[in-house]
Amino acid sequence: MERKIRLIVAKPGLDGHDRGAKVIARGLRDAGFEVIYTGLHQTPDDIVQSVIQEDPDALLLSILSGAHPVLFPEITKKLHENGVDDVLVLGGGIIPEEDVPALKEAGVSEVFGPGTKIQEIADYIRANLKR
Amino acid sequence: MQMQYSDDLIQSYIDLIKQKEDSVKKKRALARLITLIENGGPEIAQKIIPQIYNLTGHAKIIGITGAPGSGKSTLTSQIADHYLEQGLKVSVIAVDPTSPFSGGALLGDRIRMKKNFTNPRFFIRSMANRGQLGGLAMATKDVIHVLDAYHSDIIIIETVGVGQSEIDIFKSAHTTLVITPPGLGDEIQAIKAGLMEITDIFVVNKMDRDGADKRVAELQTMLDFAENIEIKNDQTQAKVVRCDGWRPPVIKTNGVTGENVPLLLENIKKHQEFLNQTGFIKKRLQFRYKHYIVEILKYFLVKNVEEIVFTNEKINEFIEKILSHEQGADPYSISGAIMEIFRDRYFS
Ligand SMILES: Nc1nc2c(ncn2[C@@H]2O[C@H](COP(=O)(O)OP(=O)(O)O)[C@@H](O)[C@H]2O)c(=O)[nH]1
Ligand SMILES: [Mg+2]
Repeated sequence: MERKIRLIVAKPGLDGHDRGAKVIARGLRDAGFEVIYTGLHQTPDDIVQSVIQEDPDALLLSILSGAHPVLFPEITKKLHENGVDDVLVLGGGIIPEEDVPALKEAGVSEVFGPGTKIQEIADYIRANLKR
Repeated sequence: MQMQYSDDLIQSYIDLIKQKEDSVKKKRALARLITLIENGGPEIAQKIIPQIYNLTGHAKIIGITGAPGSGKSTLTSQIADHYLEQGLKVSVIAVDPTSPFSGGALLGDRIRMKKNFTNPRFFIRSMANRGQLGGLAMATKDVIHVLDAYHSDIIIIETVGVGQSEIDIFKSAHTTLVITPPGLGDEIQAIKAGLMEITDIFVVNKMDRDGADKRVAELQTMLDFAENIEIKNDQTQAKVVRCDGWRPPVIKTNGVTGENVPLLLENIKKHQEFLNQTGFIKKRLQFRYKHYIVEILKYFLVKNVEEIVFTNEKINEFIEKILSHEQGADPYSISGAIMEIFRDRYFS
């Protein structure tokens, strides 16, 4: 039997709305994933706790405010400190091309821009699961 | 994609959740055990539950059901908040439906429970029902036991009140709350006979909305009526577990502000005292474990039956009889004969 893949879609930081994240969450549900959506204004500690408790295969961080250079590495660092090393971490939202290498360096496996098709994200997740 | 586990790994998680001290490691082990049960079903659960069952029986289990949007998650958060303030350890299972079209699910209950995310005594797990008819079927029962062994003082199970799921929640909880806010149209009509019988406490959430008092009055009228009719609903076997002498209180709440939540908690406490003092608790537990066993047996019997029918040589004699149209041999009669053999062998 095929195992169900669980994802968390989380919005760290102070973004004022989450329309984009919700579209992605629904799209991934329609692609057959179990998507846990945690809402706006998540602190890195909130997100790490959700990951620990929900035990997802992947964590999709979506951010619009520009705080990704600080927040994404903080989250990956805290995940690592808590022994969570087998969760695929992905970035989305508005992230300039030139920021991507540093994010990847920090443990974000891939970054998806605003125009990305859901199918592309779904395929990426299925192909790159860490467990 | 296969599930990866080994008996040693399972053992290490079990050892961790048995530890006295709470830690991140222990929480992760708990989360992993739940994942294993979700994905592996009874085959995995049979490796876990026998090792932890002795540690269970401590937790108070509260079921919360009601229509989507009625405020279950918001209230769950408020209720959890109060118990956490009392220094208790609280775990939540939030069950949402799996989409029948994609097999995926959108699990949004955590959004309402943010307040205590980082409290070490708090644990929330979102679960999709994965199309199981009951919505809260076997995996949930197993997970409740794991959370109990993890030494949760309170376990809250939130499930959407559709179809069978409210009946399932009743089979697992000590106290079942049914949330019926005002302003959801005529849905009071839809409080089916079965729902009336499983409810320990009615909660009229969104008391700030028009129609809350009317809803309370309607429920009271229904309860007056229900007190005077005999329960016939065999499906819930409500007769067996009906608590004579307990009239479900109707409590108005505001999930957002937390107004009346202490009153709700008082009533939960009263209900649990009632169960203990009257001895109904025993009946409920007997009922609960009978259902649990039925589900486990169903699973393993089906598996065994398939194995036997397809591999046992003797069955071929029966099949031959069917094929040759022997007198009295047809699929039903033959199945009946096979059932007799099972019954003689296992239950006489
Ligand atoms: N006005 C009002 N809104 C409420 C109350 N309780 C919950 N809500 C809102 O109702 C909506 C649905 O709540 P939620 O807890 O997600 O419902 P669930 O689907 O039953 O879990 C949210 O927007 C809540 O903020 C209440 O007492 N009054
Ligand atoms: Mg909910």
